[in-house]
Formats: sequence, structure tokens, C-alpha cells
Amino acid sequence: MTLRIAVCVKYVPDATGDRGFADDLTVDRDEVDGLLSELDEYAVEQALRISEESDDAEVTVITVGPDDAKDALRKALSMGADKAVHVNDDDIHGSDVIGTSAIVAKALEKTGFDLVICGMASTDGTMGVLPALLAERLNLPQVTLLSEVSVEGELVKGRRDGDAATELLEAPLPAVVSVTDQSGEARYPSFKGIMAAKKKPVEELDLDDLGIDADEVGLAGSWTQVGEVTARPPRTAGTIVTDEGDGGKQLAAFLSSQKFI
Amino acid sequence: MAEILVLVDHADGAVRKPALELLTLARRLGEPSAVVLGAGEAAASIAATAGEYGAATVYVADGAEFADQLVVPKVDALTQIAQDKGVAAVLVTSSGEGKEVAARVALRLGSGLITDAVELEAGDSGPVATQSVFAASYQVKSTVSHGVPVITVKPNSAAPEAAPAAGTVENVTVAFTGNAAKVVSRTPRVSTGRPELTESAIVVSGGRGVGAAEGFGVVEKLADSLGAAVGASRAAVDAGWYPHSNQVGQTGKQVSPQLYVAAGISGAIQHRAGMQTSKTIVAVNKDPEAPIFDLVDYGVVGDLFAVLPQLTDEIGAR
Ligand SMILES: Cc1cc2nc3c(=O)[nH]c(=O)nc-3n(C[C@H](O)[C@H](O)[C@H](O)COP(=O)(O)OP(=O)(O)OC[C@H]3O[C@@H](n4cnc5c(N)ncnc54)[C@H](O)[C@@H]3O)c2cc1C
Ligand SMILES: Cc1cc2nc3c(=O)[nH]c(=O)nc-3n(C[C@H](O)[C@H](O)[C@H](O)COP(=O)(O)OP(=O)(O)OC[C@H]3O[C@@H](n4cnc5c(N)ncnc54)[C@H](O)[C@@H]3O)c2cc1C
Repeated sequence: MTLRIAVCVKYVPDATGDRGFADDLTVDRDEVDGLLSELDEYAVEQALRISEESDDAEVTVITVGPDDAKDALRKALSMGADKAVHVNDDDIHGSDVIGTSAIVAKALEKTGFDLVICGMASTDGTMGVLPALLAERLNLPQVTLLSEVSVEGELVKGRRDGDAATELLEAPLPAVVSVTDQSGEARYPSFKGIMAAKKKPVEELDLDDLGIDADEVGLAGSWTQVGEVTARPPRTAGTIVTDEGDGGKQLAAFLSSQKFI
Repeated sequence: MAEILVLVDHADGAVRKPALELLTLARRLGEPSAVVLGAGEAAASIAATAGEYGAATVYVADGAEFADQLVVPKVDALTQIAQDKGVAAVLVTSSGEGKEVAARVALRLGSGLITDAVELEAGDSGPVATQSVFAASYQVKSTVSHGVPVITVKPNSAAPEAAPAAGTVENVTVAFTGNAAKVVSRTPRVSTGRPELTESAIVVSGGRGVGAAEGFGVVEKLADSLGAAVGASRAAVDAGWYPHSNQVGQTGKQVSPQLYVAAGISGAIQHRAGMQTSKTIVAVNKDPEAPIFDLVDYGVVGDLFAVLPQLTDEIGAR
């Protein structure tokens, strides 16, 4: 039986660019180049490793995002994923995480899977909750924030390095997994991989295909509302001194003036 | 008065500081009540502390499920209490697990979710949360427009203030739903004796400039002289010089101390995402062009191996 692995990836504005907001207070996706969220490369990598270890596996990457989100799918395909699903609909614009999770969950159900792998968090929203919401919606165990993951027979196992403890976890398939950036360096696409990716299938879906009403999602369907966005005032320029033998003493004087010592 | 439900995070039988911050913030929104889950024998003393910080009622639930299964038992308990008591908002600490619990509770309650708030105020139509986004370059104010607001709040977002309330314990029997990952084993992190990174008032961090694992000695000595927690950049963690649990940044801990000291750290955007909301920022770096100097209140251009020990000595001499 083929092990069907679905990897959820997000297309995000480049964190090293000058990220900002559009007039409707959603993320401005025009000013800054987008890319596959770097933290989702780790999810693709683990899917490929599990697939390589297995006799028969198929890796599908899924994204919900605008036209350009195709770039994120291409990158994942060029790393070695087999096929892609792109959910794209103007009515999705401005969805909050509850709405987004409804769309991703439906896309997963339509695609079919035995294992879902997500990144630990997106690099723009950084909520780190979509995998838990998928587990809730799909009524599956969540095995999340793993720094190590493996599939053994019908079980998925992993190590979660939490705040206060390290936990070893396991759950039967199907399950929803998320992996951290400690799970293993992601591979670079090879030239061959990039060429092959051009021929791999990308299925296009809209809200109709998923049986989702437009007013359940998007900005209007969101259960959270952004009221106000303000650029943080630039920090007032600090004092910079060059150490000429007494840098530590000068720093001590500053810390003392601020009552830290 | 509106009941504001606070999930009390605890470790080793004691309340963690962010829970006291939540109880303090909850008082701005209504009357706090606390939820204490899986605390065993320690539940009574945890409940007493919650009472001291303003909880009128403390809901206590216990069972092996809380330790044996991931996330879901806490979701079951919190959802059940929120529904039974008809609360006006649910507050949870922003940690990896806290956010996952909050998200599933929000979905079950049919509510909107806001994560990583750094400030909470009462508004005309429910709590107004402030988030600090895009590596703290923007401040966003949001509200939940559907259902009972579920909000996670970052540690160090408020100073805990005692405000004694009844703290009446009410035991709750939770109907567990199952379908969770099994926790096969749990190894508590060995305490270093230093303050918890996310909770500490002062953090001293070292980066690639520290040069080797042994180099962290000067960072630790300075931290100890200040009673501070020790942090590290990802470059230092990836090199194996310091544990990942101490990493500060986008994929590590997000800290917001009164004072952040960055030694041998260049100030990459992903590092800034974890420390830019610190009140006072100080850096020691031998490169005058290092981007970290754009953030600092005070910077020393120099060799950290000269500056840090001298600073530590000065502090010792005071
Ligand atoms: C700065 C900022 C703050 C926000 N705050 C809130 C908030 O408080 N409440 C709220 O409801 N919404 C919020 N949003 C909107 C929210 O980010 C989006 O709805 C988003 O689609 C899901 O959240 P995330 O990006 O944080 O995902 P995370 O939960 O961080 O993502 C985790 C993983 O889920 C998968 N994933 C995430 N998005 C997609 C996707 N579109 N397609 C496929 N897989 C995906 C990836 O594997 C990813 O690694 C915020 C957005 C921004 C930019
Ligand atoms: C998806 C993603 C997530 C990431 N998450 C994180 C994260 O959570 N945290 C994080 O920190 N990074 C993160 N990074 C990595 C980040 O981009 C940087 O690579 C990293 O922060 C650099 O660490 P550094 O400043 O210690 O090293 P460098 O950038 O190499 O800087 C070292 C600095 O030390 C100075 N120096 C050298 N010797 C001395 C000396 N003797 N005395 C004084 N100064 C000296 C140098 O001048 C230099 O400025 C992430 C990257 C990505 C892509």
C-alpha cells in the first residue's frame, strides 16, 4: 500500500525584505518578494526522508495562497515531492487561522493522506497553531513540534523538545505531524530536480471544488479583526562607544545609571 | 462581573511566573478564575497562589491523562469549563503547547483566536490585544469578533501584582475525548539554577563571536553576576556550543526582558524576532557595522573577551 504523505507549505514574504501591510491591513504581498516559508522546507525534507525509507510512498505538497504561491510549490517539487495541490480563490484573501485551517483541512480530505506533515510555524504569521487546528478538524492525533520523526509500520513516532521537558511521542496513522528546524537540514534542489519539477502535476482547486462557502472565509468571514497597525517608532539612536581598555567599565556605568546594577 | 478564565501553567509543583502575569492582565477585563490541570498534590498550593493574584475561583482537574496524552486532555478540560461557566474570555500563556491548546479550544468554542499578545486592554466590544509582528517592526491591535475571545499572551507582558481574592477551589471531572498522541516518556529538563529564559528580567546572550563552547564561560559569568538567564544565537547553537533550549529568536525562545545583552551576535532579522521587544538592549561586538548596533541603547565596539570580564569584575566590585 502506498504511504500517502501530504505536506502543508505556506508562501510568505521574504523575512529579509521590508515587510509591511496593505490598505486593508492584510500582509502586503506586492512590495516584498515571496518564497516557500523556510521553516516548511524542513517539513518537505522529513516527508522526502520518510518516503525514501518506505517501500512505496507518494509526497503531495499542498498550499493555500495567491497565484504566486505556485513558486512555493515548485520549490518543494524541485526538492523531490511528487505532485502538488494549489488552493487559490480571491475570496480566501484575508482569512484568519480558523478560516485557513478549514480550507487546508478540506483540501487534505479531498487529496487523501495517511500522514500530514507541517512546519513548526510560518515565518510571517508565526502562530504555530495550524497543525493543531488540522488535527482538531480532521479528528486525528496531533504529533507536533518534533525535532525527530519516524514512521514505523502503522505508527508515527517523534521527539518533542518542550519548554520544560523532552517527550517521546507516538500515535497511529493517520496523524498530523509538525517538525522544527532541529529535525534535519533541508536539501537543496538539484538541477535535475528543478527540471523534473516543471513536468510534475499541480492540481488547481477553488472554494467551490472544496464545497466551502465564500462567506465562511476571507476577511469578511474572519473571527478576528485587525483594528490598527502602526510601524514601531525607530528606536532612538543609542550611545556607541569604542573599547579602549575601559569598555567594560563604561558599560557598567551605563547599567548603573539605568539601575540594573 | 465577566469571568475571565486563565490556564495556569505550572512546573515542579509551582506556578510559573507568566500565569501570574495573566491573572494580573485578566483583572483589567473582568474577574479572573484559574484552571489548574494535572498538578496532583501541588494543586492546593498552586490554587492558593492563584487566589493571591486575584482568582475568585480555581477549577482543579486531575487524572493520568494530563501526563500521558499530548495537548488534547487540556483542551477537553478548558473547553468544558469555559462552556459550563459561560466565561467572557480565555487566556493562555504563549508557549508552543499553550498556543496549540488555545487554538483547539477556540475552534471547539466557535471562537476567534489571537496569539502572542504583548498587551491586553478592555475595549468596547471585548479585549483588545496588541501583537508585535514582523520581528517587532509593527504593532497590531486586534479583537476577536466571533465567540468567546481566546488569547495567548507572551511571557513578560505585564508585571505580576498580587490582589488577594477568594481562590475557592472547585473540583472538576473532565470528560476526556481521547484521540491524542501518547506520551511514551518524559525527561524533565535539567535545571541550570539560572532563571527561566522567557521569564528572566535580564538575559545575556552569546553568538558566533563567542568562538567555542568554552567561550560561553565569560557569558555565563556575566549572567550570574546579574542574576540573568543565558541565551544563544542559532549560529552558536548550530555549532553545538550551547543547548537549543537556550536559543533566542524566531525558532527559539522569544524573550522580552528589562535588559538584553548581546555579545558576539550580529543581529540577523531572525534573531531580532526573539529579542527586539526587550526594554533596554546592550551589545558588545567588534564590528562597528554590525546591524545589532541599530537596536541598542548602549553599544560597545570591542572584543567580548575583554569587555565582558571587565564588566563582570565591575559588577562584583559594587
Ligand atoms: C503578523 C500576523 C499576525 C497574525 N495574527 C493572527 C491571529 O492572531 N489570529 C488569526 O486567526 N490569524 C492571524 N493571522 C493570520 C494567519 O497568519 C493566517 O491565517 C495564516 O494562514 C495561518 O497562520 P500562520 O501563518 O501563523 O500559520 P502557522 O500556524 O504558523 O503555520 C504552521 C504550519 O501550517 C502550515 N500552513 C500555514 N499556512 C498555510 C497555508 N496557507 N497553506 C498550507 N499550509 C499552511 C505550514 O506547514 C506551516 O508551517 C496573522 C497573520 C500575520 C501576518
Ligand atoms: C528560518 C530561519 C530561522 C532562524 N531562526 C533563528 C533564531 O531563532 N535565532 C537566531 O539567532 N538565528 C536564527 N536564524 C539564523 C540567523 O539568520 C543568523 O544566521 C544568526 O542569528 C547568526 O548568529 P550570530 O549573530 O551569532 O552569528 P554571525 O552573524 O556570524 O555574527 C557573529 C558576530 O560576532 C562578532 N564577533 C566575532 N568575534 C567577536 C569578538 N571576539 N568579540 C565581539 N564580537 C565578535 C562579529 O563581528 C559578528 O557580528 C534563523 C535563520 C533562518 C533562515
